[in-house]
Amino acid sequence: MTVAITVQNLNHYFGQGQLQKQVLFDINLEINSGEIVIMTGPSGSGKTTLLTLVGGLRSAQSGSLNVLGQELAGATAKQLTEARRHHGYIFQAHNLHSSLTAIQNVKMGLELHPAVSLTEIQTRATDMLEQVGLGDHLHDYPDDLSGGQKQRVAIARALVSHPQLVLADEPTAALDSKSGRDVVTLMQTLAKEQGCTILLVTHDNRILDVADRIVNMEDGRLTKTALALTEI
Amino acid sequence: MIKFIQQLQRRTPLGWLQLSHERGRLVVALAGIAFADVLMFMQLGFQASLYDSNTRVDRAMAADIILLSPKALNLQNLSTFSRRRLLQALDVPDVQAANALYINSLTWRNPQTRLNATVQVLGFDPDQPAFNLPQVNQQLDKLKLPDTVLFDRGARGEYASVITQLDQNQPVTTEAEGRTLTLTGLFELGASFGADANLMTSDQTFQRLFPRRDAASVSLGLLRLKPGADPDQVAAALKSHLPEDVLVLTAAEFVQFEENYWKTASPVGFVFGLGTAMAFVVGVVIVYQVLSTDVNAHLKEYATFKAMGYHNGYLLSVVFEEAMILAFVGFIPGAILPLGLYALAAKATALPIFMTVSRALLVLTLTVVMCILSGAIATRKLQSADPADMF
Repeated sequence: MTVAITVQNLNHYFGQGQLQKQVLFDINLEINSGEIVIMTGPSGSGKTTLLTLVGGLRSAQSGSLNVLGQELAGATAKQLTEARRHHGYIFQAHNLHSSLTAIQNVKMGLELHPAVSLTEIQTRATDMLEQVGLGDHLHDYPDDLSGGQKQRVAIARALVSHPQLVLADEPTAALDSKSGRDVVTLMQTLAKEQGCTILLVTHDNRILDVADRIVNMEDGRLTKTALALTEI
Repeated sequence: MIKFIQQLQRRTPLGWLQLSHERGRLVVALAGIAFADVLMFMQLGFQASLYDSNTRVDRAMAADIILLSPKALNLQNLSTFSRRRLLQALDVPDVQAANALYINSLTWRNPQTRLNATVQVLGFDPDQPAFNLPQVNQQLDKLKLPDTVLFDRGARGEYASVITQLDQNQPVTTEAEGRTLTLTGLFELGASFGADANLMTSDQTFQRLFPRRDAASVSLGLLRLKPGADPDQVAAALKSHLPEDVLVLTAAEFVQFEENYWKTASPVGFVFGLGTAMAFVVGVVIVYQVLSTDVNAHLKEYATFKAMGYHNGYLLSVVFEEAMILAFVGFIPGAILPLGLYALAAKATALPIFMTVSRALLVLTLTVVMCILSGAIATRKLQSADPADMF
């Protein structure tokens, strides 16, 4: 099995000089391809910071951070942007573009990849929305969709380009328990079909069972790096 | 190139979708741009009509070369020079005829309202046509009678019933400088910023109206050349032949001289130029407001696009796409409205205000520059769309 993410001795600081504050302490983590890893921990423990570092939204300051075979520590802004094209993001809020219909939003996830032709964009976006159960809402604007539907469009947007890595930050936080459950199951099914790795940050105990592995973070340190699901 | 078009086809027209999704905001934006365009059109229109109307008499003169006093400022302040220079000009081979034109402003009694008004009197020898105006040249015989004048149909002021009467061939009488003047016919030149109306008359009548003007001191000398002569060469010959108390200009140079006065020496040209610049700035502010509001409203979405791997350049292109759409769509009402306003202003001021293709292109260019400039300022906000804040 290949390794998707390798984090070694990663430290991260916010602020400069006197005000500098360390938020991540000596993180070591390895995630295999196709693995679904859930990261839990109290607020302010540094989960999101680690997620943004892995996702190439922040540049890593020290240590080593290898994501999908690319070293992100010391990468330039342009390299980070390129790296982000291979990731799928699912945010707490759906963050759909309100001026675009569901299908236009999903297409935006494919337009980034110049190899994909116009007709392919069209069919893949349609298929993807059908897979998430929104085949009847292709041309609805986000404002006309329910919270769960919006989050499903966001998942379709994140997965339509078949990313090798999906990063999600509390994707169920804004949803009721049933839609939350549906959304996570959907992510799990689609990810298994496409064989992609998922790193998911959540507070939601109800969805922990989808994980292959759960890591816990507290005060900027990983406390249990390899807790098998059966141990909970 | 083909690759570029293919890329364009793939691309979601995000700028257009963003603008068209917010109908209200789009309408306000377009109204703002149209407003700025209308302002620019009006200022430029008045400016052009200023130059146009003030050179209309100059352009109508039947002359290839014009002699004038070196002290002349414009048609209303020509000063005078000696009539001898006209006779001397005839020494130069290619000069066929040299005629005097007398110009002075006259306070007369408006025949309709009986109130005092100021008009510009153009006096010349009726045997020698001084203007390329068929209407005048057909009526030269009328001017041979003493104290008769031809009246300007395009005059500014209350002359409607006078014109109707003259149209029915009924002479109209009025009074000026203690003499009774008879209006016997019409021609058309139009009002300018310098004069409300023009009267054409014979040099004899002119002398009677202005007894203090010496017949030997002329306002302008109109020289006609033999067919085939080159005006520039003859003008050069005249310059060396005549003393320095007279200025020699070709017809084109004379129009340029008049226009130049209004452009530089009078404040009017500057005022309209400034007005255009102000309208441009107003436009920049309006478009900037619209675009920056739009960028602010979509900051979160833009940050999401950045997180998905879109470059900053892509977001810049969205803002510029919006700017270009606003410029071109806003220009349409901005160019149509002035057509009506020009007609209205032309009617109210008797000035020649009309739309020209070159002005429309100029304003379109200014609109595009205006929108690009506003777009460039608005994109500064894009930097604050930080994808790291999205999680």
